[in-house]
Amino acid sequence: MTEPLIQLKHLSKFFPVDTDLLGRTTSLLKAVDDLTLDIFPGEAFGLVGESGCGKTTVGKMMVNLYQPTSGEIWFEGQDLAKLSTRARRGRCCDIQLIFQDPYASLNPRMTVGDIISEPIRINHLVRRDQIADRVGYLLNAVGLSANYRNRFPHEFSGGQRQRVGIARALAMQPKLIVCDEPVSALDVSIQAQVLNLLSDLREEFGLTYLFIAHGLNVVKHISDRVGVMYLGRLVEVASKRELYRNPLHPYTKALLSAIPVTNPEQRTKRILLEGDVLSPIDPPPGCRFAGRCYAKAGCTGCACESEMPELVEVSPGHFLSCYLFDEGRRVLAGEVS
Amino acid sequence: MADNVLLEVRNLSTDFVMKRGTVHAVIDMSFTVHEGEILAIVGESGSGKSVASLSVMGLLQPPGRVVSGEILYKGRNLLKLSRGEMRDIRGNHISMIFQEPMTSLNPVYTIENQLVESVQTHMKLDKKAAAARAVDMLRLVGIPSPEKRIKDYPHQMSGGMRQRVMTAMALSCDPDLLIADEPTTALDVTIQAQILALINELRGKIGMAVLLITHDLGVVAETADRVVVMYCGQVVEEATALQLFERPLHPYTLGLLRSIPTMEDSDADEPLYMIRGMVPNPLNMPKGCAFFDRCDRRMERCRTEMPPLYAAAGRRLRCFLFDPDRTGAAS
Amino acid sequence: MGSQDDFSSGPLREQPSENFIADEAMALGETLPDSGGDLPEIDETFHEKPENQWLEMWRALIANRAAMVSLFFIAFLALIAIFGPLITPYNPIETNMANALRGPSAAHWFGTDQLGMDIFSRVIAGTRISLTVGLLAVSIALTTGVVLGSIAGYVGGWVDTVIMRVMDMMLAVPSILLAITLMAALGKGIDKAVIAIGLVSIPEYARIVRGSILSIKENDYIAAARVVGNSDFRIIFRHVLPNALSVIIVRGTLGISSAVLDTAALGFLGMGVQPPQAEWGDMLGRARGFIFQAPWTLLFPGMAITSTVLAFNLLGDGLRDALDPKSRIK
Repeated sequence: MTEPLIQLKHLSKFFPVDTDLLGRTTSLLKAVDDLTLDIFPGEAFGLVGESGCGKTTVGKMMVNLYQPTSGEIWFEGQDLAKLSTRARRGRCCDIQLIFQDPYASLNPRMTVGDIISEPIRINHLVRRDQIADRVGYLLNAVGLSANYRNRFPHEFSGGQRQRVGIARALAMQPKLIVCDEPVSALDVSIQAQVLNLLSDLREEFGLTYLFIAHGLNVVKHISDRVGVMYLGRLVEVASKRELYRNPLHPYTKALLSAIPVTNPEQRTKRILLEGDVLSPIDPPPGCRFAGRCYAKAGCTGCACESEMPELVEVSPGHFLSCYLFDEGRRVLAGEVS
Repeated sequence: MADNVLLEVRNLSTDFVMKRGTVHAVIDMSFTVHEGEILAIVGESGSGKSVASLSVMGLLQPPGRVVSGEILYKGRNLLKLSRGEMRDIRGNHISMIFQEPMTSLNPVYTIENQLVESVQTHMKLDKKAAAARAVDMLRLVGIPSPEKRIKDYPHQMSGGMRQRVMTAMALSCDPDLLIADEPTTALDVTIQAQILALINELRGKIGMAVLLITHDLGVVAETADRVVVMYCGQVVEEATALQLFERPLHPYTLGLLRSIPTMEDSDADEPLYMIRGMVPNPLNMPKGCAFFDRCDRRMERCRTEMPPLYAAAGRRLRCFLFDPDRTGAAS
Repeated sequence: MGSQDDFSSGPLREQPSENFIADEAMALGETLPDSGGDLPEIDETFHEKPENQWLEMWRALIANRAAMVSLFFIAFLALIAIFGPLITPYNPIETNMANALRGPSAAHWFGTDQLGMDIFSRVIAGTRISLTVGLLAVSIALTTGVVLGSIAGYVGGWVDTVIMRVMDMMLAVPSILLAITLMAALGKGIDKAVIAIGLVSIPEYARIVRGSILSIKENDYIAAARVVGNSDFRIIFRHVLPNALSVIIVRGTLGISSAVLDTAALGFLGMGVQPPQAEWGDMLGRARGFIFQAPWTLLFPGMAITSTVLAFNLLGDGLRDALDPKSRIK
């Protein structure tokens, strides 16, 4: 039983939205609410959800772009959330981030070589005379010519810029890389290139990924395990095979069903959710999905609306946060006992 | 699918003349949309699909210019119309919805204001009748409690709702043709499913034709009857949706379909198929086929000659592989 | 070979079965030898040679004729300011009552004032003062304003509030009145004028820089800089400010013209240089009584002020256009 590389325990991030005259918070945006998750060394964990679910916030808390409101982040025996700013900065080499927007994530006034060498320089990772070699090596590793080190970001296409972003993340030889929707801003034909690159790099360098995406189809190719988030909560976690073959949570099923299938003959009736995603501001008690849940037919005034279901392991490795699948009753979502 | 041709675009070419050079955004493009059908134009960035739709609507801004071709709507050439006549066509006959519903709706007016204004301008109804029609339109696009929601401001609504409102505005004057430019790209997957279902439903309910512009082949498979695939400003394949997905023939279409991560793939963790290389620089287009550098099935002649559109296999294909003199058709 | 069919009407010609065509086509296509490698090759012809964005800005500036004329004029003024004492035909502070109020002539190109001092020499001498005060005052205001604005914009919170409210208070009073008040406290003299004008100009730089920083801060590349371990200090100076540089340069240039005007205004009111030092504003002030008798005493210093201010304004506008990426279609 291997030790997890990183453990998120009851992690929460709340943003105050409204304050009264005395400065007390009257309205709270619960971006991430009591999230517990383990990621094991060498695995690629896919974190999926639609806008407002908090997946990006989780990633940003891991790289210290946000401070958690409460909870712990255990990494190599230390709770990162409790470290001082300086100590935390000292640990930045181990966890890195790849940004979503290749057009905004590279400083337009720095050459590509500078962008990649900066992490190496400011953290004194390599001797000065070896920096150039290392930059060349990193550029090649992501499929770019080392001669491009003196060019500026605006001279590259979106896919190439994203490669530079990947090289920058690799520069510090991190153990864990958070990939924040790295291909959603790219053309379809380039997405495949970048996804393959990320897979290859994982093998080559023994990396661990937290792969954040908004669609289950993108995550399928690169992940070992997948977690689905809705409005700040994890609703289901399972191995890739298990999740796609046997989804249990009604939201997961709706998400899977919503993915357009590239076969016109299969224009099946899909699960259409009523209404829109609620806002994460001052969410109601109970399951966040209760308002849109199609599977609790005939069940009014049930626990779903008053008490938040816990994330329970319903079969080995498969976690679920839903009352409709109860260990005792074994009633599957959608069926009525 | 009726046989009446609603929109016929013939040999449309649009250029962008800039200091650095001229970009041929659309090159000799021809397609037709029939009554009640959904035609999808698919392409990635730089393919010219959005420029083509803007050209049809007469919404092209300088330095973009239509340089040749005809756009025939029910027989009338839209390029030859005066501004007033074009304004009349827009909204009443051809309507458009865009990708970003947030920036397409005026944030300082209520939905009611904007819808009623749109209806009054195009249909010459009085205020009361126009307001009633506006509520009907909101109901048609599936907005719950439309009489109440109509008083909202755009920022009070979510992305999916706003896109529905945009659709309601576009439909409020009973157009025959709706041009939808990437209508679901900015939306979440579950909302996208709702909007696509809406488009399909509307086609059934009011017999509207749709010109759908998108880069997402999944969306195309969900909704389209026929598909036009564009690459670097040119049509490279045109087929029915069934034909295209069952057996894509043009190497670009083939590569595109194979490189999409889909749900049907086997569990084995193989690398995704990828089209190598990149889209060529539009200011420096190569001689010969634009796809040459990236093509798996290229031939020597592809390097120097531009293939024309061949009619082959029941569709149109821009590829020398389908040159009838090679394939020995109808011998 | 390769004739284009007319697809706008009529059925397509008879075809053998679709699958047959497809199979034949696939069988016939030959693949040229691949360039090899799993990762896609970089297309060398895609992008032009590496270009320096300063070079591009320079080229855009050159195209602006008004800006180029202004630039040459300012260079000319700078030369005059540097070599002033060497080229004045007369001593600028030497009086000669016998020659008072003579019109422009071969001996005195710009004429003489009421004390017989050569106006031409005085205008030249005044150039040095105006440019020096302008540059110094702007330097003070710029550096202070940039630091304050950066801190306010980057740190935010109550620090931001305090700094900006102080700036607002300064802006509430018309700058020249504020300068006069400061001078009253500091005393007369050109060095005091530099301080006064410098202080008074700080708020507008602080505001502009703060605004710039607020928008730059939102970009992902700033977050990326933090993720790779940059300290806040490094982020401001290495990442944020260089991107705000263009705004600062433009404002600074325009600021010099304001400073020149302010110097002249103070001089006009008698609060700048001390007589008999030559300074354009002071010269204007002294010319007040002689407007109709000897218009040249007003005209030449006035033209000097106007043309200098205009030149800096046009240059600043030209820089703004050249540095604004939106004004160039990419």
